Amino acid sequence: MALKISNALLDQLRAHGEQTYPHECCGVLVGQFDEAGGKAVESVIACGNTRTDSPKNRYHISPAELIRIQRESTLEGRDIVGFYHSHPDWPAKWSSTDLDEAHWTGCSYVITSVEKGRAALTNSFLLAGDEQSKHFEDEDIEAK
Amino acid sequence: MPIKVLIPTPLRPYAGKQSSVEVSAQTVGEALSNLVAQHPDLRKHLFSEDGKLRSFVNVYLNDEDIRYLAKDATPANESDTITIVPSVAGGV
Repeated sequence: MALKISNALLDQLRAHGEQTYPHECCGVLVGQFDEAGGKAVESVIACGNTRTDSPKNRYHISPAELIRIQRESTLEGRDIVGFYHSHPDWPAKWSSTDLDEAHWTGCSYVITSVEKGRAALTNSFLLAGDEQSKHFEDEDIEAK
Repeated sequence: MPIKVLIPTPLRPYAGKQSSVEVSAQTVGEALSNLVAQHPDLRKHLFSEDGKLRSFVNVYLNDEDIRYLAKDATPANESDTITIVPSVAGGV
């Protein structure tokens, strides 16, 4: 399965990581699931990072923001299909903290590395399994 | 009177693939109990073995976190919407 996203939206989330550097950025990917389990991103919604105690290496999206996005998406006939965050001066791969604190199984977790203020590699990981067996799987990003 | 409960993407497989479920209840706690009675597979995803809401599960009544209201005892009526959202966090 792949995460389908336009180049413009991919650029948007990567730019968010540059804007918040050296702090982590975070946001929500809204779109559609297809029958085969793939996902298409239709909008990228930037969120605030509430981890003001450690914003260089932690992120957290306010539940109130998630509630609003989920409610509005449902009304529009769309779904939350994933999330994104940045790793300032750190590789674009998931960390043990990312896995411990990931709970949206079936969704994509996109990570952009930001090196010295410039967005570098961007990868996507599918959170598979359920809460007891959850794990990240590499996921292709189909950008066009 | 029915209260709408919005189900987040990861829990829909355990709720008949529905994005929302209607339940009859007078409090949020009763609504969640009736939700898992309708969809028993949801129980272990929402509650720990001691019956407490899992720490990463946020429950809102309209725009308010029930932790800052009366928790399970928060009154609810048919004009309310209960939204369940797992937390989103991480870091290197």
